[in-house]
Amino acid sequence: MSDTVTTDGDILTLSNVTLNFGGLSAVSNVDMNLAVGELVGLIGPNGAGKTSIFNLLTGVYPPTSGKVTFTRGQKVSNLGGMKPYAICWAGIGRTFQNIRLFRALPVIENVMIALQHNVPYSLATAFLHTLRYGRLEKQIRDESLELLRIMGLEDDANELAQNLPYGKQRRLEIARAMATHPVLLLLDEPAAGMNPAETADLTELIGWLRTNFNLTILLIEHDMSLVMDICERIYVLDHGVLIASGTPSEIQHNPAVIEAYLGEEAADA
Amino acid sequence: MEVFQQLINGLSLGSIYALIALGYTMVYGIIQLINFAHGDVLMVGAYVGWFSMTALHMNMFAALATAMAACAVLGVVIERVAYKPLRNSTRIAALITAIGVSLFLEYVMMYFVGANPKAYPDLTGFMAGSFTIHGVIIKNIQLVIIGISVLLMIILQLIVQRTRVGKAMRAVSQDADAARLMGINVDNTISVTFAIGSALAGAAGVMWGLYYVSINPLMGLMPGLKAFVAAVFGGIGLIPGALLGAYAVGFIETIAKGVGLSTYSDAVVFLVLILILIIKPAGLLGKNTKEKV
Repeated sequence: MSDTVTTDGDILTLSNVTLNFGGLSAVSNVDMNLAVGELVGLIGPNGAGKTSIFNLLTGVYPPTSGKVTFTRGQKVSNLGGMKPYAICWAGIGRTFQNIRLFRALPVIENVMIALQHNVPYSLATAFLHTLRYGRLEKQIRDESLELLRIMGLEDDANELAQNLPYGKQRRLEIARAMATHPVLLLLDEPAAGMNPAETADLTELIGWLRTNFNLTILLIEHDMSLVMDICERIYVLDHGVLIASGTPSEIQHNPAVIEAYLGEEAADA
Repeated sequence: MEVFQQLINGLSLGSIYALIALGYTMVYGIIQLINFAHGDVLMVGAYVGWFSMTALHMNMFAALATAMAACAVLGVVIERVAYKPLRNSTRIAALITAIGVSLFLEYVMMYFVGANPKAYPDLTGFMAGSFTIHGVIIKNIQLVIIGISVLLMIILQLIVQRTRVGKAMRAVSQDADAARLMGINVDNTISVTFAIGSALAGAAGVMWGLYYVSINPLMGLMPGLKAFVAAVFGGIGLIPGALLGAYAVGFIETIAKGVGLSTYSDAVVFLVLILILIIKPAGLLGKNTKEKV
């Protein structure tokens, strides 16, 4: 499906990106890049600014300074001034750390809504397309069911999203993000609250999605087994500043990281 | 027979309230704003209908369609000009703005048409007729009002449940930020919601004029307030709640009039509202869930 990715090279580049809230700096002078097809982890202690980076990438906040560039095939977009829905249409999908499903809607509708809105439309066509989308309803429902099947949720299609157990709500978030037809998928703590068996399943699933949908994935995660298992590269953020980047084994042996993050966890244990 | 007479009267009055209450509840569902200018959109609709029928000699249905279209545009303009800049400010700021818009519409209309009431043209032909079943007088215009209202409610239900924009409305009402990141143009969705709600108010305005004949620039106040009551009564933000509440208010009002409390019928309506809210603070159908629109 992601046949539009024709060039090798970076799909996402952050150069010298800063995000300030009043006097507080959530993200300071961050440089990052993701190559097409990479699976990259973004880790760091709580409050390090990881989710702020996701919010920058999806247009929730524009960067205070610096540049965020998204490249899809020949099309290069500066994400700085773009609206969230336009960024979604450009090909970036995301999930949320604190689950943000359409809680009181059925599972399948959560996915169908994302599928129906993954193409640009104006106010006028919102009315005009109404009939056409009525005819496309079955096609959309079938594709939604297929996504639910991939995520192991096909039996819950008609359940309200809020009635799903936590682990399934997390997987529904991924299904909904996939329905926006992304080439770059941002996963914000996909394994949070899952038990080790569920996390292992999820790890496998993320790898499968990446291969079968030709995705580039950036994921925030606290579960080190998941991060070290599937990420090819890792960025480490602390107090809004990038303190390290490298392969999982490099990160595991980086003294600055051990002090800022792994050391903290070891101290807790 | 008196009971059945009040039933048919309550049904037609409740239908008009329902159309207004739907606009209140949809707007509340999507941006949590009590749009106090909604009753005045109804008033504008009534005047557009009156102008279409008297000056432009349209028939009733063309006038109804014209009023709905004009109100849809008015609703979108109100939202874009008055409410959108306040989207991220406090709720009280938006509420006060809504009251400002309400007064603005009332007195601009008064400037153009004067404060004196205008009369809708006399009903003719089928519309003017009535018939009697076992002593219950049913006016044809009542049946037309009920029929048109139910038709509009069915169309609304189809839009909300079956179309892309309807699904966007439901998604935005649940979580606007998440909806935005799933590719939904939230601003357009809100505009469509205002357009639909205002068009329904416009239809209600024309039917109000046909039924009660006299219209004036402050006429929107009381039906607006009662439709608001109806929406709260049923559980604000819920479409079925608005319908249930509107018919309940319609029946309570006609029954109060029927038992000789004409002077106090409005007071009875508000008294029942207070009682309902003491017993069920979230309204008849309201729950602590977030399902809206």
